[in-house]
Amino acid sequence: MDAVWSAVSKLYGEYGASQTGLTLIDYNMEKGFAIIRAVHTAVNMVRTALASITKIENKPAAIHVLIVSGTIRALHKKLENRLL
Amino acid sequence: MKRIYADLHLCPNLRDMEKVSNMINKASRLEYRLIAITFPLNAKREEIERIRDISREYKIDLASRIDLKPKSPKELIQYLRKLRRKFEIIAVICESKTVARQAAKDRRVDLLNFPSPNTHRRFFDTAEAELASKALASLEIDIKPLLILEGPARVRLLSSLRREAAIAQKFHVPIVMSSGASDEFFMRKPRDMAALASLFDLDEVSALDAVSKNPTQIVKRNRENLSPKFVAPGIKVIRKGKDC
Repeated sequence: MDAVWSAVSKLYGEYGASQTGLTLIDYNMEKGFAIIRAVHTAVNMVRTALASITKIENKPAAIHVLIVSGTIRALHKKLENRLL
Repeated sequence: MKRIYADLHLCPNLRDMEKVSNMINKASRLEYRLIAITFPLNAKREEIERIRDISREYKIDLASRIDLKPKSPKELIQYLRKLRRKFEIIAVICESKTVARQAAKDRRVDLLNFPSPNTHRRFFDTAEAELASKALASLEIDIKPLLILEGPARVRLLSSLRREAAIAQKFHVPIVMSSGASDEFFMRKPRDMAALASLFDLDEVSALDAVSKNPTQIVKRNRENLSPKFVAPGIKVIRKGKDC
């Protein structure tokens, strides 16, 4: 999550980062995905910041947005459909 | 209608076929349906066909591309004469103003690429855009420098890109966003690429067009022109026979 905060702050500054309402909801290390909550008006900002990440703890990395959804319940449903 | 997403600038090391295959696979998983790989000047048809076969396995369409880095307008014309019918996409890496001007007005050039992050070495201004709009050339923006650069260098690059994107839109020059990736880690989903375009003030529809409509149109147009049925713009052979 530090990498995400750092990317948001680098691109939009602390003022911009404060508008995103970023929270880590879930992180599955085995499958390599995380659920992040953000304010709906800041989705594009968060998406941009995630795309700009190239390293996590000095190791090459890339983060791809799988699904965007309005509620966590709907997100899990979409995720299940996708993994099936 | 569902968009067909394209990344017209992948530059893997062609000697490492495993890496080429991995990048094509990744592009397929990232929902691209059309990619272009940069080949060297002396690329053989068999080499291109071999990579095209790999792409077919991953259900992805491959277009052959060449990046020209001429030192003078004369050299550019010589390259174009020699290579236009050999490759589906021709991009010119504009490292001088004279080359940039010649590339913008030549109808055989598809993409104008300005790699330098230095504002003074980027030549996409109103004069360049006016020439490009008449000759069907598109402005290519690679996202790799945006991901690599940090701090003031990235700020300066974003400022240049913002100015160039505004000029391109004013003169109706299509913008094509590509990854410019030589490695899987620099490949991004089309929607993420479009989100990155918001950093230089491209609206959502234009940004999505830059990763779908604009690049696919270039490939479609060039494939028609390179087909044996093509005679001249707007004229093609429909049927051959005595009663035509």
